[in-house]
Amino acid sequence: MTRLAPPLLLTALLLAAWEIACRVLAVPPWFLPPPSAVVIALVDRAPILAASAAATFWMALQALMAAALLGGGLALAVSMNRSAERAVRPLAVALQVTPVVAIAPLVLIWTGLDHADRAVVALAAAVAFFPLFSGVLTGLKSADPDLERLFDLYGASPVQRLVRLRLPAALPFMLEGLRVASGLAVIGAVVAEFVSGSGATQGLAWRLLESGNRLRTADMLAALVCLMVMGLALNTVVGALERRARTSAR
Amino acid sequence: MARREDPAASVAGVVLEWPGRPPLGPLDLTVEPGEIVAVVGASGAGKSTLLRLLAGLEPAPAQGAVTRQSGATTGFVFQAPTLMPWADALTNVALPLELAGRPRPEARRRAAEALSAVGLGDRLAARPRQLSGGMAMRVSLARALVTDPDLLLLDEPFAALDSVTRRRLIEDLHRLWAARSPRPAIVFVTHDVEEAVYLAGRAVVLDSATGRTVAALACPGPLPRPDGWRAEPDYRVVVEALAAALAAAMPATITAPMTASGAAR
Repeated sequence: MTRLAPPLLLTALLLAAWEIACRVLAVPPWFLPPPSAVVIALVDRAPILAASAAATFWMALQALMAAALLGGGLALAVSMNRSAERAVRPLAVALQVTPVVAIAPLVLIWTGLDHADRAVVALAAAVAFFPLFSGVLTGLKSADPDLERLFDLYGASPVQRLVRLRLPAALPFMLEGLRVASGLAVIGAVVAEFVSGSGATQGLAWRLLESGNRLRTADMLAALVCLMVMGLALNTVVGALERRARTSAR
Repeated sequence: MARREDPAASVAGVVLEWPGRPPLGPLDLTVEPGEIVAVVGASGAGKSTLLRLLAGLEPAPAQGAVTRQSGATTGFVFQAPTLMPWADALTNVALPLELAGRPRPEARRRAAEALSAVGLGDRLAARPRQLSGGMAMRVSLARALVTDPDLLLLDEPFAALDSVTRRRLIEDLHRLWAARSPRPAIVFVTHDVEEAVYLAGRAVVLDSATGRTVAALACPGPLPRPDGWRAEPDYRVVVEALAAALAAAMPATITAPMTASGAAR
């Protein structure tokens, strides 16, 4: 509890200052509603926000699974062969440095304009791909070189080497990659939804766009709070997994 | 040794070349079955390379020959314990047998015996992080011995340990060596002349620049050593002679003090 007290206290202070400032300065609510108005919006719109949050979460989760399968699988394949790694890595980096916003319209065309949710999943997966690919690849090559020599000495087969040495050594790196990727998947899903945003998807980003267009600022902030909570929750779950793996691997 | 046998392993006239570095060699070392050889030399003199050649862990050299007895098994102990941190002591020691396809129960039984032999019979379930440096090195030694190797190669294994632990481990190594029949051949790389003369029946000195063998000294006396051997004049004389030979094999100007951790790897 003592660990949670300082951030909670700071948040409470900031919220109180915000509330007081809004009232004292008589800020118009379309410009900046007080936190109390945001809370009311959260309560009023709870069902629709929950449904949108579930939609965004589901798209991000699908993207994360797709990225884990593709990124992890490709890293595994590439780790077996040095020139394959040299061939693939620049492409993976190229994918990473390309802004997701810039490729969104293209992906939207490819997945079909009627299937904006597929585009969102694909784009979020593209963003989440790199940390998983890179994490797994780095992890697979992180084993102690002398342990690798020991496996040489005892004539280990490639499968034995993978299962007994490289995968266990890679586990903490994989989970670190997963933690970073889970945050990116949510960001990717939101950005993709913004770009494709036409109401074809009903995620939290669409709620933001919709409320923004109507100048319902409190509703926007309520959606934002939902996004923030979702990101934090995801980060906490994967972080806890990662810590557990680290203590058992040390 | 009354009976003439093939050497346990030998490296003859091996020259190794890397781009941008002066070539190493010619490297020469012949190890007879059951003998203990200490290899001394400065960091960078090719000691670790020589061991890896003997172990068959280096690609076949373009020049020179490496021979090993057919069917011979090799154990290797690195400078660090080199244990799998996610596995307990028993699993670490059973690894060589399991990689060789031995059934799991047999591998684990023999691993438990090997751990008992190094005095860790009560720490089978310990993870490496729960062990002291000396204990982790004992696990590493047990892993190298679990296959009953004909050739045991040790690359400065005790360099990171305190002197009391180091002496204990040397006694253990002698005891384990003497208890086996036939006794394994041991090649022990070190930069500590006292350790070399105490441990081995023969010590060779490698030139700091080329790795060439520049001196070979017999280390007299019974193995394992009797109590109080370090005070014997026979022992002290060879220690001094080896120290002089090592000094002569060093670079003409030593700009930095020698450190315990080998930059040779």
